[in-house]
Amino acid sequence: MSDLTTKTLIDMRDALATGAVTAEAAVQACLGRVAATEPRIDALLSVQAEAALARARELDAAGPAPDKPLWGVPVIVKDVLCAKGAPTTCGSRILENFVPPFDATAVARLKDAGAIILAKANMDEFAMGSSTENSAYKVTKNPWDLSRVPGGSSGGSGAAVAACQCFATLGTDTGGSIRLPAAFCGCVGLKPSYGRVSRFGMVAYGSSLDQIGPLARTVADAAQVLSVIAGHDPRDSTSVDAPAPDYMAALKGLSGLKGLRIGLPREYWGEGVEPEILRACRTAIDAAVDAGATVVDVSLPHTRYAIATYYIVAMAEASSNLARFDGVRYGHRNRQAAELLDMYKRSRTEGFGDEVQRRIIIGTYVLSSGYYDAYYKKAAQVRRLIRQDFLDAYATCDVICGPTCPVPAFPIGGVVDDPLKMYLMDIFTISLNLAGLPGMSLPVGLGADSGLPVGLQIFGQSFKEDALLAAAHGLEALTPALPEPAGLA
Amino acid sequence: MTMTADDVARIAHLARLELTPEKAALFAPQLDQVLAYMDTLGQVDTSAVEPLYSPVEHAALTRPDEARREYSRDEVLANAPETDGQFFIVPKIV
Repeated sequence: MSDLTTKTLIDMRDALATGAVTAEAAVQACLGRVAATEPRIDALLSVQAEAALARARELDAAGPAPDKPLWGVPVIVKDVLCAKGAPTTCGSRILENFVPPFDATAVARLKDAGAIILAKANMDEFAMGSSTENSAYKVTKNPWDLSRVPGGSSGGSGAAVAACQCFATLGTDTGGSIRLPAAFCGCVGLKPSYGRVSRFGMVAYGSSLDQIGPLARTVADAAQVLSVIAGHDPRDSTSVDAPAPDYMAALKGLSGLKGLRIGLPREYWGEGVEPEILRACRTAIDAAVDAGATVVDVSLPHTRYAIATYYIVAMAEASSNLARFDGVRYGHRNRQAAELLDMYKRSRTEGFGDEVQRRIIIGTYVLSSGYYDAYYKKAAQVRRLIRQDFLDAYATCDVICGPTCPVPAFPIGGVVDDPLKMYLMDIFTISLNLAGLPGMSLPVGLGADSGLPVGLQIFGQSFKEDALLAAAHGLEALTPALPEPAGLA
Repeated sequence: MTMTADDVARIAHLARLELTPEKAALFAPQLDQVLAYMDTLGQVDTSAVEPLYSPVEHAALTRPDEARREYSRDEVLANAPETDGQFFIVPKIV
């Protein structure tokens, strides 16, 4: 593997800033790595090779810019994010030929910071899934074991960064879609607080849950990307008008683990979790305690209702959001239909895959007259109780830790035909989206039995990504670095 | 409750989807299973709980309603399946 592509984002950025590496060389190295790994992992839906090289040459001609913290750094974004002039399919046939005329705010901020968009990453169709098997185009393979899934829905983003195709990726997280691929692929994944990052230009799934965040190989790399994409945007009324701190400074300034109170929710540490996952996560917590942290027993008593609550809310919002795909302004259109209603129906039925159709139908049902109160309103009430669980727990602790997923990466084809079983994969990740809080998945080692990466999840307090990153940075320093992914060795 | 293939087809119509009988028959037990799981929320007493529809509860900000020309007509029409260069064209409505 090229020495260049295995660098951390921070090291690469520094090498570019001093002129030790040119932007063109960085892009060429990543394109070489893409060519070497893509036939095995299928992480990408499109590669913008020409545009990336052209942009790199432009940057090189102008010279390094100290005010651009990602100057010359190649990155990859999930195909749910609009990037001007690049196909944006959302992993769906219905958007097969869609080329947006604008950048998502998060993408624009990456570009403004000097980053180079190299490719668009595979995903479950419209971000609906936990394995990336629901993509209409290809099944992404886990770099650690090519017969297993990378997690989802940002599976392409997780696999690409784990395979060193680039230095960081953007994913989106509606119920765990950044953290689960990070856990399965052995990288760092950060879901910011709801409202921290503008959702403008992200194709919406569950609008009260969706949030954009980075996947990277180190905590500092994730912090650097978050510093670039965070902050208020007048184009997204839910983006909070509060200053976004310098997260890199927070890593240096905050103390990390000394005196940190880590809440361990009893609902996350027992029944149903694979023993190797519990062991790896517990080892990391024990190391934190040795470094000066304390452990607090906490409870999130409504956890058992989180999946039902989440899927009602998410599917209701999805059925509403996906009504825009009507074959009129963009996307697939059936050409045989003679009248409008028939055109809508045939275009949507041909364009959407099975899982998307299932979720639209359930969402339509729970919003329909006579069922709204029993499902959607009820779920919104339980949602408040779930958030209150977190607020109560934070009265006695600073962060909350538990496994990201009860199992390691599962085999391709192993769960995909059982929708409910697939939904249960999200048991430990979805509560955070319902509560709107920030969280991360941090790799804490390989499972003793499976040899696959294990993710420890760290939940933070609302808009305190700085403290969350500092805690993760402290834990990362105590955890041995993972070797090269076994499936690519 | 038990969801039949007819129920699924009726809801699909509301969602502007058209399922084959085979697809409706495949979905019916799957949706039934998911809805039965969702029914577990009935165990929670929420009589005194205000619904939480969004983590940002006061997002209804206003701004001046000003037209801005950010994109050309050509850019906006470029992704449309059918246009006449000025308008989106759709099949006969009435």
